[in-house]
Order: sequence, then C-alpha cells, then structure tokens
Amino acid sequence: MGILDNLALGFETAFTPVNLLFCLIGVALGTAVGVLPGIGPTATMALLLPITFGFEPATSLIMLAGIYYGAQYGGSTTAILINLPGESSAAVTAIDGHQMAKQGRAGTALATAALGSFFAGTVATVFVALLATPLADLALNFGPAEFFSLIVLGLIASITLASGSTLKALAMIVLGLALGTVGQDLVSGSPRFTFGQRELDGGLDFVSLAVGLFGVAEILRNLEGDLTRSVMVKKVKNLWLTMADFRRVRMPVLRGTALGSALGVLPGAGHVLASFMSYSVEKKASKTPQEFGKGAIEGVAGPESANNAAAQTAFIPLLTLGLPGNAVMALLAGALLIQGIVPGPDVINNEPELFWGLIVSFWIGNLFLVMLNLPLIGLWVKMLTIPYRVLFPAIIAFAAIGTFSINRNPFDVYAIAFFAVLGYVLIKLGCEPAPLLLGFVLGPLLETYLRRTLTISQGDATVFLTRPLSATLLALAVVAFLIAVLPSVRRKREAVFEDED
Amino acid sequence: MKLHDARKDLLAGAVFTGFGLAFAFTSATYEIGSPLRMGPGFFPLVLGGLLVVLGVSIAVQGFLAADGGDIGSVPWKALVLLLGAIIFFGFTVRDLGLVPALFVTVLLAGLAGRNARVIPAVVIAASLTALSVLIFVYGLQLRLDLFGPWLGG
Repeated sequence: MGILDNLALGFETAFTPVNLLFCLIGVALGTAVGVLPGIGPTATMALLLPITFGFEPATSLIMLAGIYYGAQYGGSTTAILINLPGESSAAVTAIDGHQMAKQGRAGTALATAALGSFFAGTVATVFVALLATPLADLALNFGPAEFFSLIVLGLIASITLASGSTLKALAMIVLGLALGTVGQDLVSGSPRFTFGQRELDGGLDFVSLAVGLFGVAEILRNLEGDLTRSVMVKKVKNLWLTMADFRRVRMPVLRGTALGSALGVLPGAGHVLASFMSYSVEKKASKTPQEFGKGAIEGVAGPESANNAAAQTAFIPLLTLGLPGNAVMALLAGALLIQGIVPGPDVINNEPELFWGLIVSFWIGNLFLVMLNLPLIGLWVKMLTIPYRVLFPAIIAFAAIGTFSINRNPFDVYAIAFFAVLGYVLIKLGCEPAPLLLGFVLGPLLETYLRRTLTISQGDATVFLTRPLSATLLALAVVAFLIAVLPSVRRKREAVFEDED
Repeated sequence: MKLHDARKDLLAGAVFTGFGLAFAFTSATYEIGSPLRMGPGFFPLVLGGLLVVLGVSIAVQGFLAADGGDIGSVPWKALVLLLGAIIFFGFTVRDLGLVPALFVTVLLAGLAGRNARVIPAVVIAASLTALSVLIFVYGLQLRLDLFGPWLGG
C-alpha cells in the first residue's frame, strides 16, 4: 500500500518495451518541436491525439506527456543558440544563454540547461508521487457541489496567471463552455445547436477544435511575417561543466527546482512565471548581479530548472483532482476522456497502472532527454535548418489526415477550418486561445455537476455556499478573480509577460 | 481617433456578443425548465447571457481605454489557400482517395507561403504525400483508401 509498492507498479508499467518506445518517441518529438520555432507542444499534441486512440491509455498518456516536458528541453536549445525561444518558458533562458553562446560557451550553457532540467525533473517527479495520494484522497470526499466549485476555481485561477486582458480571457472561457454544449444534451438526449446536422449530435470534435485553434491559427499568425532564422553556432563543443561552473550552478538549480515545483501546481502559465521568478531571485541572490544579461551561468541554471520542475508538477491538479490547469493539460484530459477515463480522484485508485506508470515515465523520459539533448545536440541544431515553408504544409497534412481518421467524418475536417478562422480572428483581437480550450473540455463536466447538485438539493442554489468545502473553493475563486483585476497586480503581471514577447 | 484606437476591443466585444446572442436565442427555443429540473436550454441560456454581458463590457472598456493597438496585416492569400486546402481534403478524401486528395491539399498549403514558387511547392507536396502514406497507411495501419471510387480505386 505504500509509495514504494506504487512506484514498483509504475516501473512495471513504464518499463514494458512498448511504453519505453513511446516515451522515447514522445520526448524526441517534444524536443524537436521545442527546438523548432513556429510549432509548439500544444499543437503537436493535438495533431498526434488521433493516432493515440488505438493505444492503451497508459501508452497514449506517456507519449503525449513526453511531448510536453520534452519541449521544455528543446526550447532552451533554440533560446541559447539563436536567441529565439522555441517555447514561451525558455524566453528567460535566451537572455543569458545566448550571451554565453556568443562568448563561445554554448556547450556549457546547453549542458547547464540539460543537467539542471534533469535534476529538477527528477525532484519534481518525486514531489508529484508524494503529493498525489493525499490530494486524491481529499478529493474523494467531494460531492457534485464541490466539483462544480472546484472547476469554477480552476477556470478563474487559470486566467489569474495568464497574460492579457482578464475580461477577454473570461469571455474566452465562457465561449468555450458554450461551444462545449453543442451536441446531445447529456440528460434528455435532445440535440442542441446542431442545426439538424446528425454529425453534430456527438458534439464538436475536440481534436478539430485543438488542431484548428493551436495548429492552423498559429500558422496563419506565422505567415503574417517572414520567418527566417540563422543558426549562429554550427558546431557545439565542450558539452560539460567545469568544477567552478558546477559550484556556481548548484544553488540556483536547487532554488529553481523548489520555486518551479511550487508554482507549477498553480493553474495557468505556472511554468512561465516560475522561470521569470527564478531569474529575478538569482539576480538578487548573486554577488555579481552586473553579470546578469551578459552571460551569467546562474541565469540559465535557475530558470531552466524552474520551468522543468513546473512542467512536471503541472500534472498534479489534472491527475489528482481532474482539473486541467492549462491548454496542454486540457489536451491530456481530452485524451483520457476519449479513452473512456474521466479525469479525477478516482483515476489513482481505478487505474493505478496508468497513474503510477505515467509518473515513473516522467523520470525515464527525463533520463532519455539528457541523453537526447547532450550527445545528440548536433542533430537538433541541424533541425533548425528545416525551412518553415516545408514545415507548415506538413502540419496541414497531419492535421487533415489525423482528424479525418478518427471518425472518417469529413465534417470534422471542415470543423478545423472553422476553428482556425475563429481562433485566428480572436488571437488577432487580443484573446488567448488557451482559456477557450479549457472551457470547452470542462463545460460538459461543469453542467453535469451543476444539474446533479441542484437535483440533490431540490433546486436550492445556496447549497454551493452552505457546504463548507464548496464555499471555501468558491471564496478562493473570488480571491483569484480579484487578484486578476486588481490594478497593482495587473501592472506587475504585464511587466513580467512583456519580456516574453 | 478614439474609435479607431478602440477598434480591436470593439470587434472582440462584437464577436463575443454575437456568439452570446446566438447561443441565448437558440437555447430559448429549447426547454428551459427550472433550477430543480433543468431542461437542455438552461445552461446554454445562462452562458449566452453571460457572454453578452462580457462582450459588451469588453467593448465599453476598450472604448474608455482606447489603447487596443493595431490589428496588423492579414495574410489573405494564405488564409484562403490554407482553408481551401483543408476543406478540399474533407470534401474529396473519401471519393478521390488519400493520395490525390492529400497531394492537392499540401500543394495548396505550400503555395500559401510568402514568395512561394510552384515547382518547390510541387516537390514538397509530392514528398509529403509519400511520407504521409508511409507513416499513416503502412506505419500506423490506418485504413484509408489510397485511390477512391472517382478514380476507380
């Protein structure tokens, strides 16, 4: 019953040849899309979602999760070598990492990033394993009212830590919730918003929405400008740290890991926030703050550890409470739902192989990533020479085939075009697409819990406030909302996210 | 100039309000029910109303702040070609089969790039089609016809 038995079960699941192979494929793909600017982990996971339908649930999740944390490693490579963050959380790494590359210390910067990330990933995985059971146990006491309040809290909290206008993010959530109601009503079975189209009875396709919103809309964004890039460093040497370097990065890595593990649990852009905070902490703690911005190794070690730790602990809310905190987690929740598993506290008890297998795979994946990113770094650098004019038609091809293959329904393919236009227009008007996806995934659950609660309470809506746990969660949601709209917090948040762009 | 500066927020507000109205009016035609026995229309009606409120707030806030920034350029050619490519695929994949449908789709997409030229786009389309057939049909064993009924496949 102890944690060791659980981990043993996890090792058993994760060490099957199939799962090892797909873990490797996942992290390798993740590194690739992390390295390549113009395609991110969210779009990749959406594109590959259809392929995973035939897999065992554990295999599917292990691969998809690998893409996510693999992209954190890959993103730092691009940030260091060409001063262009392949992934948003790597933006901070570019500041000092690229300076190090200019001084001929690219190898040291890459090694720092990879080893720091590995250490952070390992510690954060243990953190996930330790925290999962108590949190899931807590959630087992939840009734429908608590789950309703929890989802409300999750949705609001996810925008507290996001960039941009709070009102727009809220509107995107509500639009997502509304789009989630398309299809047959879960209780009465009567179709809603289907305009008589039988194809819509099952609801809008989750994959079409994700692919259109994150894949195709992003291509349109990229085609607005010229996407040419030059690789400064053709050959990377000295992929190791000297003893002196090692002593300098020790504390930043530890602090970054702690910071990242804690912030990663929060919904929203926890990992981006973690790397920015780690950078400012290291700058304050340093005896030579004037070196920051000019190639300080601490400025690479801290943020890289922080964002990788956060990428790991970001799984906690999804795995224990069934609450996806960002777009990537929403995709994983979708992958689980498609496999017939409702994300929530029951997963840990009903699907222990899946749960512990996934957690152990994090550690295996991190090990693969160190091997992939240090000895094979030359391969990834070469990938940077793939021109975008080859890349984006490939994305279109994969999107079309993948989406069609799920139900062999042309309607799902048309839906990509619809969501691409919707996503592009909304992004153009200053709205982030992630909250819409969160709303879309959580909408049906929110409605079910709402209706169930009110049926149990005989239609008395005050039950949400009279049950202590539910009331606490809703109070936290109000606090999160107030934080999001308070002017002083807004200004600070904008300052943090400004550097990102 | 206020109206011009607020254009982005006004448009965003209009989009949300439009969706809100559409959802609210359509749900009003379904059974609403009571909080105790909610009909299919209840939840979407609430959401539609909420969306209208948020849309109007965004527009008002944008009008007051008027710092929406420029919308920027829209790659119209890419937009038309990419959407055309996707819709073409959905429309023809069953009848033409994977190979011809995908080739045209990727070709159209390839022409969407800036300064795209025909011959490189054809080469990219041919290679990507071959690669996709290898990955999806032979590798992942998806049952997709290579050539469809229109081509006697």
